[in-house]
Amino acid sequence: MKRIAMGWVALVIAGLIAPFLVYPVFVMKVLCFALFACAFNLLLGYTGLLSFGHAAFLGSAGYIAGHTIKVLGFPPELGILAGTATAAVLGYVFGSLAIRRSGIYFAMITLALAQMVFFLALQMPFTGGEDGLQGVPRGMLFGVIDLRETMNMYYFVFAVFMIGFWIIYRAVHSPFGQVLKAIRENEPRAISLGYAVDKYKLLAFVLSAALSGLAGATKTLVFQLASLTDVHWHMSGEVVLMTLLGGMGTVFGPVVGAAVVMTLQNYGAEIGEWVTVLTGAIFVVCVLAFRRGIVGELAALFPVRKP
Amino acid sequence: MKRKLLSAMLCAVLAINGSPVAMAATKVSDGVVKIGVLTDMSGTYSDLAGPGSLLAVQMAVQDFVAREKPGFKVEVISADHQNKGDISANKAREWIDTEKVDAIIDLVTTSTALAVMKVAKEKNRITIVSGAASTPITNEQCTDTNVHWTYDTYALAVGTGRAVVKQGGKNWFFLTADYAFGKALEKDTTDVVLENGGKVLGRVLHPFPAQDFSSFLLQAQSSGAQVIGLANAGNDTINSIKQAAEFGVTPKQSLAGLLMFITDVHSLGLKATQGMYLTTGFYWDMNEETRAWSRRFFEKKQRMPSMVQAGDYSAMYHYLKAVKAAGTDDTKTVMAKMKEMPVNDFFAKNGKIRDDGRMIHDMYLAQVKKPEESKYPWDYYHIRQVIPADQAFTPLSKSKCPLVKK
Repeated sequence: MKRIAMGWVALVIAGLIAPFLVYPVFVMKVLCFALFACAFNLLLGYTGLLSFGHAAFLGSAGYIAGHTIKVLGFPPELGILAGTATAAVLGYVFGSLAIRRSGIYFAMITLALAQMVFFLALQMPFTGGEDGLQGVPRGMLFGVIDLRETMNMYYFVFAVFMIGFWIIYRAVHSPFGQVLKAIRENEPRAISLGYAVDKYKLLAFVLSAALSGLAGATKTLVFQLASLTDVHWHMSGEVVLMTLLGGMGTVFGPVVGAAVVMTLQNYGAEIGEWVTVLTGAIFVVCVLAFRRGIVGELAALFPVRKP
Repeated sequence: MKRKLLSAMLCAVLAINGSPVAMAATKVSDGVVKIGVLTDMSGTYSDLAGPGSLLAVQMAVQDFVAREKPGFKVEVISADHQNKGDISANKAREWIDTEKVDAIIDLVTTSTALAVMKVAKEKNRITIVSGAASTPITNEQCTDTNVHWTYDTYALAVGTGRAVVKQGGKNWFFLTADYAFGKALEKDTTDVVLENGGKVLGRVLHPFPAQDFSSFLLQAQSSGAQVIGLANAGNDTINSIKQAAEFGVTPKQSLAGLLMFITDVHSLGLKATQGMYLTTGFYWDMNEETRAWSRRFFEKKQRMPSMVQAGDYSAMYHYLKAVKAAGTDDTKTVMAKMKEMPVNDFFAKNGKIRDDGRMIHDMYLAQVKKPEESKYPWDYYHIRQVIPADQAFTPLSKSKCPLVKK
């Protein structure tokens, strides 16, 4: 428990000073993806459900937030809420269908549904199709804070991230989270103990989808655009990579994973085609050599001494 | 002593606060003009833009420094935008914030171009689009800090569509990529075909991107149309042309590639592409000037330049000339100068940048040679017709750009 507290302190301090050390827009991007990966981890790491369609939540929330802010003139906070709500509803629909199956079938159903969302994003006029939705104004938060200022934007994103992260943390460390872990470990046993497993799974799915949506909507506000990248199945794969790389089923793992992957993509842009090779190689090494992920391996290196 | 100190401080304050406007009018910030080449270094478009575009920009900078001996330094940086709007917007923002980039060039694929244009507009920097082709760049989405240099879908549709109908290709059938770009290209071309007395027998939409075109090509074949218009791009075009040859669709029916580059012809070979019409903004083997420049490019790259790469050189040189003439890298001043000076180089004769950011210049209708007509490497096109600048692009009267005063 002490170690988790240290992690929290480190996270808050790092988050507060990061924009002075690293380019703030980049840190915002990392935070958005970190939240996305954490939301995904809630499902994969704690419930044992591998969804391969999480891009649909990230992307559709981004489009809805972008559209409501740009075209309907919503203030940023309402736009983000609208995006998050959309993702939650979508998550409910996806979840109610997908949790009827498990394992690879579960993954396939989520992938299929996500591809439908991709198709809609490509075809519906308001998304701009291939061209995407650009020039989303950042506007004034609560009517007083000017988000066009990079630092204001940064601390807003940081706050959003912390809220999302805290929700996940609380969910995992509550009786609800205990049941999720029980389902992960042995589903028939959880059923025999009298838990309505499907309801728990569905709730976890909706929660994960909504938080992914929160990340997507915030990302749209940061970059002032929503694009097909975020609904593409690549993104669903990328979030798996982030989670595995950082450490599946650890609290801070996905944050680290997201930071590593984003750093590679961003600073790797200069080396051109080698980025994809490098990402692939890292993934292979991760799967072969350290399956617990970065944070998972570190935790195993320094085991908590029982008093 | 105190007074001296005070006046010194006052001077310093003035130097910092008082005179940026005056300074900007006479000076280039930090003595460096920094150019960012943002392009597809690894994906579908890396052949027609990518590293070749970077080379073209570097050549322009070297030539400019050698010939014009400017009083400022020019630096070039580049990055791979992976054809993703979000990555390119992020990179552009970072370049402007931390690297003090003055202008961003190339921008292949429309989504990246539009995304970067919006960032650059907000941050007041210049964008030069050479790679992307959609017309919204100079219409609904136009900005006053952007120039669209090489070509656009309207020019392609008008050039190829009109020419093919006039050559007797009256009955058309479209093979269209199922997204905004494909449909826009099909619509523009349909208008041109109908205007010139042709007929459209039908169309089939194919998913984007697609590998297997057999069922679509068979539909096109059974339509009995003389011309099959390919309203798609990149690998989709390449695949449909290859498979059309395999299915024996060509040469009985002819194909009109609405977005084709010399690099596509090169990778497909003349056997599969012979006889096709296409519109291009540049062909290396047109005259002494184009040959001289293209051979220099070839020496370094072992490939002839695409129109996008030639356009990058031309645009970069024009931009640097404008910076020198204006004596500043201030966006507004340089942009005004760029619009004021005509473009005269191997790429364009009397080119002009309009209020909507469209650089208008002659376009060329080319027909791909038969294999036996090709005498030397990269000898691929007959230039059949020059499309004058004022007919090649959307007339200003039809422009949807709010910057155009009507």
